[in-house]
Amino acid sequence: MKPRVATAWLGGCSGCHMSFLDMDERLIELADKMDLVYSPIIDIKNFPGNVDVTLVEGAVANTEHEEMAHLIRRNSRIVVSFGDCAVTGNVTAMRNSLTREAVLDRSYVQLADITPQIPRDYPTIAELMTTARPLHEIITVDAFIHGCPPTADQIWYAVSQLLEGKIPALSNVYLRYG
Amino acid sequence: MTVEELREVAETERARQGNFRHRITYCSAAGCASCGGIAVHEALAKALKARNLENEVELAGTGCMGLCGEGPLVRIVGDGTLYQRVDVAVAEKIIEEHIVQGKKVAENLVDTTDPFFASQVKIVLENCGTTDSEKIDDYIAAGGYEALAKAVTELQPAGVVEEIRKSGLRGRGGAGYPTGLKWGIVRKAPGEQKYVVCNADEGDPGAFMDRSVLEGDPHRVLEGMAIGGYAVGASQGFIYVRAEYPLAIERLRLAIKHAERAGLLGNRIFDSQFNFRIDIRIGAGAFVCGEETALIRSIEGKRGRPRPRPPYPSEKGLWGAPTLINNVETFANIAPIIRKGGAWFAAIGTPKSTGTKVFALAGKIRNTGLIEVPMGIPLRKIIFDIGGGTPEGTTFKAAQTGGPSGGCIPAESLDLPVDYESLATVGSIMGSGGLIVMDSTSNMVDVAKYFMEFCVDESCGKCVPCRVGTVHIHGLLEKISEGRGTTDDLALLEELCQMVKDTSLCGLGQSAPNPVLSTLRFFRNEYTELLHAPEGYVPSGTANEKSIAQ
Amino acid sequence: MAILTLTINGEHVSGKDDESLLAIAEQHGIRIPTLCHLDGLSDVGACRLCLVEIEGTPRLFPACTTKPREGMVVSTDTERLRKYRRMIIEFLASEGNHQCAVCVVNNHCELQNMAYETALTHVSVPYLYPKKELDASHENFIIDRNRCILCTRCVRVCHEVEGAHTWDIAGRGIDCEIISDLNQPWGTSESCTSCGKCVLVCPTGALIEKGEAVSEMEKKTDFLRYIVTARQKREWVNLDSDEE
Repeated sequence: MKPRVATAWLGGCSGCHMSFLDMDERLIELADKMDLVYSPIIDIKNFPGNVDVTLVEGAVANTEHEEMAHLIRRNSRIVVSFGDCAVTGNVTAMRNSLTREAVLDRSYVQLADITPQIPRDYPTIAELMTTARPLHEIITVDAFIHGCPPTADQIWYAVSQLLEGKIPALSNVYLRYG
Repeated sequence: MTVEELREVAETERARQGNFRHRITYCSAAGCASCGGIAVHEALAKALKARNLENEVELAGTGCMGLCGEGPLVRIVGDGTLYQRVDVAVAEKIIEEHIVQGKKVAENLVDTTDPFFASQVKIVLENCGTTDSEKIDDYIAAGGYEALAKAVTELQPAGVVEEIRKSGLRGRGGAGYPTGLKWGIVRKAPGEQKYVVCNADEGDPGAFMDRSVLEGDPHRVLEGMAIGGYAVGASQGFIYVRAEYPLAIERLRLAIKHAERAGLLGNRIFDSQFNFRIDIRIGAGAFVCGEETALIRSIEGKRGRPRPRPPYPSEKGLWGAPTLINNVETFANIAPIIRKGGAWFAAIGTPKSTGTKVFALAGKIRNTGLIEVPMGIPLRKIIFDIGGGTPEGTTFKAAQTGGPSGGCIPAESLDLPVDYESLATVGSIMGSGGLIVMDSTSNMVDVAKYFMEFCVDESCGKCVPCRVGTVHIHGLLEKISEGRGTTDDLALLEELCQMVKDTSLCGLGQSAPNPVLSTLRFFRNEYTELLHAPEGYVPSGTANEKSIAQ
Repeated sequence: MAILTLTINGEHVSGKDDESLLAIAEQHGIRIPTLCHLDGLSDVGACRLCLVEIEGTPRLFPACTTKPREGMVVSTDTERLRKYRRMIIEFLASEGNHQCAVCVVNNHCELQNMAYETALTHVSVPYLYPKKELDASHENFIIDRNRCILCTRCVRVCHEVEGAHTWDIAGRGIDCEIISDLNQPWGTSESCTSCGKCVLVCPTGALIEKGEAVSEMEKKTDFLRYIVTARQKREWVNLDSDEE
């Protein structure tokens, strides 16, 4: 059975996933070596069980992300912080020195073109956390891929290592913030 | 002033005091003054005046009498009677019944045969309770400035250092560096200009030893500093005292003025070539300024931040000159050592920790107050005989020495002798003399958190480990005490403590983790009981390479 | 002045007794990580990155302020030291708001380089996300306190080299901040000569030139060597060549 791999997109810009796609023809090689069981780039709605490796992009910024992070942890053998937002909070966390109300007001009222209002009491809209946090502050993380975004080479190296059953030692090869 | 004149002053003062039928002393230190002591003084004076006894009974405000928790305290010196919890009405009664009618006021009597008194040995506090804190003549009558006279007129500077070395006195600020050795280094350090600095920036929570000495017997400190100046070749001294001690500052100012007027400070002291002046520098409320290099910078008028040592102040101190820095209690021990000899002092206490130590008893203990005990006394004796044990219905859990830099000593170590080496074996330090008692109602995680909060607040921010590490340690303690901590958090806490201890620049940071490490050592269960594992919690390091792709 | 012999990482080296261990190590090609140290400025021993082990004592010593002794045995790269250095970088990363991706000195940052050198994969302590002020009131420069690591190089270069003492530190502990003059906007400072030395010596993106975009600014500190040797030795070194 091929390793079951998932990727998830929390509080980030999806740039890390774009970079994942930048692996280009190497993606074909990857397709032979693994099963992508959950990802924003495939059409599966629920996070499955029994996942070998999950790459998580983005910081944990709202309650939905938080729930998702725990769900991922429960169902994955290896969880990898994928990109600077997951590793450090990065751009997603730049709002942290502001109050949550100020952030919501800026986004939903001041910058709104039509019907300015702060969404409240919608059960479908997740609540913004007071601060966006790096993934490892919420759940235990086993490996880290850095960069904003990580380069395709970095991702290729990390994923290849993971598929060989190794925790990628990125600190020696591809450690690069920003 | 000459030595003969000094003796004359002493004689005259003793004769003057002898003319009174009674001598009543009341504690005029901050402890009693803060619980009605000033009104008691006024009431005593009024009662004497009303009975026209002013020429028969002398009233003197003295230093701390020790039993602070039972203040205000009043003593009838002649027969040794001590009264506790004196208020205006009791003061009136003392004059009427004890002084006029000759019968004691039973309900306020303190049993002076209690072990609280019997187990103490007073050297530093010998004058506290008997001599007037604001009268130099009273100090001189009690043998004051005789040691300075002896040093300047009979001994060579090297001889003074030798006497201190022989005494085995060690720094009372907490670290216990041999005082004689330090004096010798400063004496031999090359330099025209040298300084003597008295560290009176006492800041440990629960500590009030130095404060009591300064308020009660300021001349003793001045005398010790002057002897130090003579020994090391300095002509200028500074007392760095915190602004939070206004009464101590006032008494010091007065004492310096009186000593200068008497010629005991200034030029040609005892008709010799020795000149010595003392100035006061007031701290602005930073705990770190008790660290000697930060203190020196603060005196220089700069931001009070420590610098790496070496060079030590004994080589490069104030304005780059060799500087002798000792703490208040250390200087307070000097005069008796010179007066009675180093051998006399060395015979008290233990061979390696000689003399006595003043402790401020606080926390969950019946007799809170100021005590002086011989070094090596078992902790049990301090807590139970002198301190009277913990409050009714509770049991002793631990005692914290060394304040935020120290550690706790658990019940199983109660028989530990209180000296520098023994305290170190259980991970604590002698410290400057704060002794906080915790009983069965105390939560040790909270104790650690309290001290860490203090360190977060007092870190100067210069070095990274102390500035940031203390904040993270405090955060983890908060998390654990709120029941949100995991086993990973506890491991991280220990790692951070070790790192901050090993890498911080000055003593503040290096010792800041001690309360955490020591409560972890003896009361680890209080931490682990609070840990929790949320549902689905995966501790770090459990990812197994083999488990991937299998 | 005397020449002493000591051992650093098992290598016998010699150095002058008035030099620091850091300088001696450097002369022998032994790298010790630093952040607050900068050749030409006084040393404060604040960042603690250059701590080294000395045989015979459990204490660690900052190489930048420690003088050699004859026969001293020094270790600069033990497992304990590597771990502590990484933790120091974690502390620095956690106490500020360092978003490399949107920083003017991204890829030219000493803090970033130190994160690589200490193999910092992630920060294990919680980020503090402090609220820090950015001051763009100066005509040419910006101080962004979010990215300040309080190394005090700016304070020292301004005081020791430029002689203006515009910068100093306010507050204490975690609330320490670099301030200009009497804690006023930099642009209103009367002591600032706008020389820009502080900007060049700043190891991070805390002090930057206006008009630079992400990753565009690279700081050069060798002007210090030029000024300091000119002042001390009356020699004017050529910065373009490697020879002095």
